[in-house]
Amino acid sequence: MRTPALQRLFGLMRKEFVQIGRDPSALAVAFVLPAVLLLIFGYGVSLDARNVPLALVVEQPDALSASFTSQFEHSPYFKIHRYLTIQAAERAMTARTVTGIVWLRNNFTRQALTGATAPIGVIVNGVDANNARIVEGYVQEVWEQWLTSELGTRPYAPTIALTPRVWFNPAVISRNYLIPGLIAMIMTLTGALLTALVIAREWERGTMEALMVTRVQMREILLAKLVPYFILGMGGMAVSVSLAVFLFGVPLHGSLLVLTATSTLFMLAALGMGLLISGVARNQFVAGQIAIITTFLPAFILSGFVFDINSMPRAVQVITHIVAARYFVAILQSIFLAGNIWSVILPNALALAVMAAIFLGLARANARKRLD
Amino acid sequence: MPDIPEPAAAVRLENVRRMFRSGKRTITALDGITAAAAHGAVTGLIGPDGAGKTTLMRLVAGLLRVDAGRIEVLGIDVGRDPLAVQAQLGYMPQHFGLYEDLTVQENLNLYADLQGVPHADRKRRYSELLHMTGLGPFTARMAGRLSGGMKQKLGLACTLVQPPQLLLLDEPTVGVDPVSRRELWEIIGHLTREAHTTVLFSTAYLDEAERCDAVLLVHEGRLLGSGPPGTFTAEMTGRSFYATSGIGRRRLQERLAAVPGVIDAVIQGSHVRVVTAQATPPEPASLLADLPDLALIPTAPRFEDSFVARLRTRPVPPQMSSATAPVASGAQTPHADLRPRSKTDAGAVITVTHLTRRFGDFVAVDDVTFAVARGEIFGLLGANGAGKSTTFRMLCGLLPPTEGELRVSGFDLRTAAAPARGRIGYMAQKFSLYADLSVQQNLRFFSSAYHLHGAQQNVRIDWAIGEFDLANLLEASARDLPLGYKQRLALACALMHEPDILFLDEPTSGVDPLARREFWQRINALAESGVTVLVTTHFMEEAEYCDRLVIMAQGRVLTEGTPEAIKASARRTDHPDPTMEDAFIGVIEAASARAAA
Repeated sequence: MRTPALQRLFGLMRKEFVQIGRDPSALAVAFVLPAVLLLIFGYGVSLDARNVPLALVVEQPDALSASFTSQFEHSPYFKIHRYLTIQAAERAMTARTVTGIVWLRNNFTRQALTGATAPIGVIVNGVDANNARIVEGYVQEVWEQWLTSELGTRPYAPTIALTPRVWFNPAVISRNYLIPGLIAMIMTLTGALLTALVIAREWERGTMEALMVTRVQMREILLAKLVPYFILGMGGMAVSVSLAVFLFGVPLHGSLLVLTATSTLFMLAALGMGLLISGVARNQFVAGQIAIITTFLPAFILSGFVFDINSMPRAVQVITHIVAARYFVAILQSIFLAGNIWSVILPNALALAVMAAIFLGLARANARKRLD
Repeated sequence: MPDIPEPAAAVRLENVRRMFRSGKRTITALDGITAAAAHGAVTGLIGPDGAGKTTLMRLVAGLLRVDAGRIEVLGIDVGRDPLAVQAQLGYMPQHFGLYEDLTVQENLNLYADLQGVPHADRKRRYSELLHMTGLGPFTARMAGRLSGGMKQKLGLACTLVQPPQLLLLDEPTVGVDPVSRRELWEIIGHLTREAHTTVLFSTAYLDEAERCDAVLLVHEGRLLGSGPPGTFTAEMTGRSFYATSGIGRRRLQERLAAVPGVIDAVIQGSHVRVVTAQATPPEPASLLADLPDLALIPTAPRFEDSFVARLRTRPVPPQMSSATAPVASGAQTPHADLRPRSKTDAGAVITVTHLTRRFGDFVAVDDVTFAVARGEIFGLLGANGAGKSTTFRMLCGLLPPTEGELRVSGFDLRTAAAPARGRIGYMAQKFSLYADLSVQQNLRFFSSAYHLHGAQQNVRIDWAIGEFDLANLLEASARDLPLGYKQRLALACALMHEPDILFLDEPTSGVDPLARREFWQRINALAESGVTVLVTTHFMEEAEYCDRLVIMAQGRVLTEGTPEAIKASARRTDHPDPTMEDAFIGVIEAASARAAA
């Protein structure tokens, strides 16, 4: 036999599921929004340079310059356009046909063979500073490789060679660390948006007022919102993780169990934030705006997902501690790329648990059975 | 549940005060109300919009707390134990509190769960409620797809799933068609008779007072009177008359309103209904000496007469209160200067021929034809969803018709919507003013929107300030204006460009009777000067002010004629003096009988 309180709770949850089933917008926010965002960001945002159009100007072709330029031809990073004069190459760069120029002057071979400095001119389009630096780095890398192999053919091979090694992401595919961060981002948005909108909708349509005058308690109303949208949010999380692993090929080194447990904590924090917002806003439009401004934007900028927290000013670093996504980004990056690193996961999970408790507690305290 | 209703009051209000803060201002919603509602009776909480009805309902339901005073519901102090009160309460808020994306049955199930109705009792209770509300055939339909009247009944059924001791209904009849309104009152009668439920019913429709056992008349947060409706009308015995004269009803109404000792003069059908300050029957000749043909026929008093009398005798606060003092004094100059145009050419100004508008499969307006002559006040009367607003939008050139022809001021709206719009002044429901702008800024904005500029613009703004008595309020923001002044400002804005045609969308629904009288006096003066006025309303009272009207339902015109003729068509031997509502119901029933045949 059910107690009246359980009967009320089940009644409200059943209603919530029926509404979710009939209203495509909730399902869209939970499943379609994460998938679309992940596809857009996963394919669109990349900090890698690949097939960068590069102009090559060789004023006096010979064996040495050919061996140097063939390095570029075989590099996956560049797509080579050859020009006979530097002026033609500059015109191409102005027209944005190429993003950089490598220029071997006619004295290149002679200078190199006589032991003098053989200058290689590198011009990079600095309009996109980030891209420019990446291209510059790659050109440098190609040049160093060429130098090593070229010198290797000679008897006086150098004793020291520079060999960079990258840990955890050996191929240095930026997607591998962007996508776990992206998942944290997307889950912040959907988690908060889901609950913020649905409770605000009850206020807007006047149904909250009708609910309040029944025997129902506010904690029952909140719980009946939390449970269905938690399930929905975790479904969205599952979709995102599947896309990451199977579509984008991001490695998952840690255990699924740890991933699920930490996601649960994060989802509770995000949903709690949404509940708090909708209790204050009481209007779907305002609730949506607040949810985006207070969750998505800080998560994007302050979570360390793109911008390194350690290089932020001290004051901003302090602020990042109240962004739940910060902890989840750290957890996800470690679970995906490094495995169950407890020294990273435990403190961050604890922080998430504290934030979830605070948001849910505030939402509960703020939800009184009165209109004023 | 007791078999005999207890004599004690079910709801007791002791000096209840409630304030709201809006920015820096404090608004007093309820200003010391002391009243009671008896067990097992229907108590009507009656007053215009902004009177404090909803606030009072929410206080009784424990959704708000009082700032001062005390409320006792069913013997419990609401402030102390709102949950105990809510356990015995049924509350239907405005807009009924339904989940529109749930079916009728799912809504009932939810409220049964919330009210703790045992599963064993549900089947019987559901069948009782569905029978009572007539919703039986629609249990699988989404609540959002029900008509206004059906939503209202479903909302009621949801609050009654667990029979409450006290039923609170907050404006349940707003925007609902008269047939549903009548059915709701039958259900309420049944509840009080059979289940001895105590009902607190709020409404802005004064004609519903007479259906209540007792009335609390509230205005601007104060109680103007309480008691059985009969005591209100008894005060007015021998003070109401129908006046007729050869000078025409509008002129007569204007003259009579200015006579000292006459507290009310309104057009009703072909007569002018007059209420006097004293019960001594006046000599017609003493009222207007120069009108020898003036005749006065005594008539039964109405609840509204008593409301008007109370508002007139009340000391008028100096500023920003009710917008009605000028009409009361009768000092208003005739509005001949309002529109200097003369009523020259006859012929139709608005013609609507076989107008149809579809939205997908749904026919919103179905083969509607009517014509409006210059200087006529023409009404479109119908419930929400009857197709009035769609017709209106097409007349404004905002929505193209699917079929049929529309001409306004000689312009075909299919080809020349913009020039036609230039001849139209439009006053929307809820006035659509810019709430954050001051009165002056609103006037300036709307006159610019109508392409007025330079000296001409200033002339019109000065005219509006003088005509509508806005000089003291120029710097006040529109948000802070009392309802009556908002209405004045909205009308002023609609008249800035001296339109030939004025469209009014439910202009006086919910405003107090004096503000409504003042408003219609202006509209009458405009019509006299040749402005054509088109009114949409679901408010029977407003229909009486029209020269001619059509009654619309489900997109069709059911009948057309003068208010008198439409009412006369509903006259039966057992019902010699039908109201507009009786006529409306008769027309709707006749139409559905024809459809069934």
